[in-house]
Amino acid sequence: MKRLCGLLAAALPVLAGAGDTFLLRNVAVHTVTKGDIANGAVYVRDGKIAAVGARLNLPKGVRVIDGAGQHLWPGLIDSGTSLGLNEIRSIRESADLSEIGDYNPQLRTLVAINPASDHIPVARANGIAAAITLPEGGVLAGQAALVHLDGWTWEEMDIARAAALHLRFPVLSTRPSSRFSRETSRGTPYTDARREYRRKLQALEDFFEQARRYRKAKVANAPGFKPDVRLEAMLPVLEGTVPVLVTASRERAIRDALEFAEKEKIRIILAAAEDAARLAPELKAKNIPVILGPTFRLPREEDDPYDAPFTLPAEMHKAGVKFAFASFSNQFARNLPYQAANAVAFGLPYEEAIKAVTINPAEIWGVADRLGSIEEGKWATLIVTDGDPLETRTQIKRMFIKGRAVDLDNKHKRLYEKYLARP
Amino acid sequence: MRPRWFAIFCAAAASAAPVTLIRDATVLTVTKGAGKGSVLIQDGRIAALGPNLAAPAGAVVVEAAGMYLMPGIIDCHSHIAADSINESSVSVSSMVSVEDVLDPEDIAIYRALAGGVTTANILHGSANAIGGKCVVIKMRRGKPAAELLFEGARPGIKFALGENPKRRGSPSSTNPGDAAVLRYPATRMGVEDVIRQAFTEARIYQAQWQAYRSGRSAVAPRRDLKLEPLVEVLEGKRLVHAHCYRQDEILMLLRVADEFGFKIRTLQHVLEGYKVAREIAAHGAGASTFSDWWAYKIEAYDAIPYNAAIMHRKGVLVSINSDSAEVMRHLNTEAAKTMKYGGLSEEEALALITVNPARQLMIDDQVGSIEPGKAADLVLYDRHPLSNYAKVQKVFIDGQLYFDRQKDLEQRAARQARKQALLDREKQQARPSAPQTRPR
Repeated sequence: MKRLCGLLAAALPVLAGAGDTFLLRNVAVHTVTKGDIANGAVYVRDGKIAAVGARLNLPKGVRVIDGAGQHLWPGLIDSGTSLGLNEIRSIRESADLSEIGDYNPQLRTLVAINPASDHIPVARANGIAAAITLPEGGVLAGQAALVHLDGWTWEEMDIARAAALHLRFPVLSTRPSSRFSRETSRGTPYTDARREYRRKLQALEDFFEQARRYRKAKVANAPGFKPDVRLEAMLPVLEGTVPVLVTASRERAIRDALEFAEKEKIRIILAAAEDAARLAPELKAKNIPVILGPTFRLPREEDDPYDAPFTLPAEMHKAGVKFAFASFSNQFARNLPYQAANAVAFGLPYEEAIKAVTINPAEIWGVADRLGSIEEGKWATLIVTDGDPLETRTQIKRMFIKGRAVDLDNKHKRLYEKYLARP
Repeated sequence: MRPRWFAIFCAAAASAAPVTLIRDATVLTVTKGAGKGSVLIQDGRIAALGPNLAAPAGAVVVEAAGMYLMPGIIDCHSHIAADSINESSVSVSSMVSVEDVLDPEDIAIYRALAGGVTTANILHGSANAIGGKCVVIKMRRGKPAAELLFEGARPGIKFALGENPKRRGSPSSTNPGDAAVLRYPATRMGVEDVIRQAFTEARIYQAQWQAYRSGRSAVAPRRDLKLEPLVEVLEGKRLVHAHCYRQDEILMLLRVADEFGFKIRTLQHVLEGYKVAREIAAHGAGASTFSDWWAYKIEAYDAIPYNAAIMHRKGVLVSINSDSAEVMRHLNTEAAKTMKYGGLSEEEALALITVNPARQLMIDDQVGSIEPGKAADLVLYDRHPLSNYAKVQKVFIDGQLYFDRQKDLEQRAARQARKQALLDREKQQARPSAPQTRPR
């Protein structure tokens, strides 16, 4: 028995190496950054792309996978999800999204991701290979992580454990919070709402000021300095190594968020910015990227054009603002490619829609050296499709994450087969 | 029931629709195949379709070469254009009706039109085992509420099973202090009981009327507005649309209906319908489901996007619905998901949002496909409607143009200018020194 174990252990690294080294040929290669190759091949060595081209000379004995004339794309990236953090929204016990308290920059979604969540293989089956997992509670909700949608543990899924600190920018609202309370409440008078909004902004500024003082004291090795987990988590933000993902949807909130970022000298990424079109020139000038929420949402105001949410991506593109798409969901993460397609129907060039689910998010999240396109040196995180990945009827035939073939089976396919066969 | 002048008015309105020829489109009839051709609209109806139709003198001609024409989309589950949805204070709210609270000015009507929807089943909410009465409407934007109603459509009633109707029975999901309004039922057992109790009463009530009408009883029964619609259900005059999720509750309802001798017309959501497709088909109930929603609550945890395909293959009449003012805007691509998940054909997918819901609502003699004689409820797309790149260009109801994307785009600048002028005037009139007081 012992000997057998030893043999297995010795064999494993070799097997692993063989598993993520192969030549995938007879595919249309869509590199995203370097054009298309109608009938191309990709050589994957040790999980990384070693060569891309029409014809590749390879060492003998490399395993060959025939792509059967199908299409090869980089794995898709969803820039905002609750995958692994939230199994069934209405069941508190299955949700780990919102912590108690307004200022929790130290919280990490990575450690709360359930790698066995049924949502992960469901998203994967539609080509989503990597995702941002977003904490949701309070004002500073915690650290969003970028993860591979495959792994035995969250450690194996980790791409960037502190991809961004999530700041849910305060909202000035006079409306009751829900549809149901609207029937019993008229909402808050404007002056009260404004006072509350200013109080929240002040608290946010105070927290950043506190973090700055903490840093000063730490750097100066001040007597009596005590480490503080919360404030410690702010240091990479103040130093600019971790960006702040700012969720701000209305024009006023976006404007105030931009002002806040300027004042605090922090690097921000704007998220769910429904009114971003009105501030596009400023976003462009300040080089602030935007994570666009689902295009499948209703216009906010009755007199907004019916297609305002559909045309927003095209408007951002015209203004030269860099953006990526996010589902901001777990159950609808699989529809990420379709919202990108919807933006194409309403004016976004097709190539830009593809970029917004591949190379743009890779750049925004600081991993473009490893993800987001089919280029030498990057991870072999790839999908093989029988057509345009943004079209609903297209099937994802294969997925590789870091060169490993990923199982595309999931709960839904299993139930389908089981009950289709019911006599 | 409706005054005769109403019917006359409707006929007049229909004849006011211009004669229109939609020329050289790819016509997706849904029931009779697809091909290049033209469609002639006269008196609000499809007068002819074929490859070489000439435009009658004075006809409006819509050049549609390269475009796709399909029947107007029918949404079998919607809550738009309704001022309120849930009368949740009682377990049986069959005395209330959505018809009484129709809101013809709801902007969602325009947005639905812009998504190609021409007809929708406007349902009461799902807070009660037996909910309120429902109506089928056409998206005749600009018309008063009474003219939204689909002429001749059979009225409906909403039932609801599972988590929603039992929620008010749980102290943990009601507001603190609301404990006094805890409402039966709290379990799926109780939901069955509420339905059985109600129909037991309805049968007695029905018998009282039968006795009176046949002369066996001289005293007319006291009218009961709660039981009256249930008697209509027993007599097949009112269609039951039942909100349900899990296979156990689906089967329960079918068996209770069997016991009382009535039919469930449609099971709504019916996310585990694929587990009991055989039983659903045997009862003859239709199924109206989401394309791919799942896991938003525990009763939706076994929901699969293959649901529609399995039920369809096992002989159930299936439609894809929205239950959402947003999803309603792209039911065409929701239907396309059944091609991905379960391999339905283009025609089968399109049927899920056109002729199938028409059959479920028993209005398929009027709408749901492109056939001569049917109402000219049509949608013109720039691409194949099952493509994610397709946009609605024009929507006709009864031959009248109700949505025109080109016109919408052209009017935007003027609308924006008008809004700005109003805002500017408002700003000028506002006195900056006026004290800001709380509204009383």
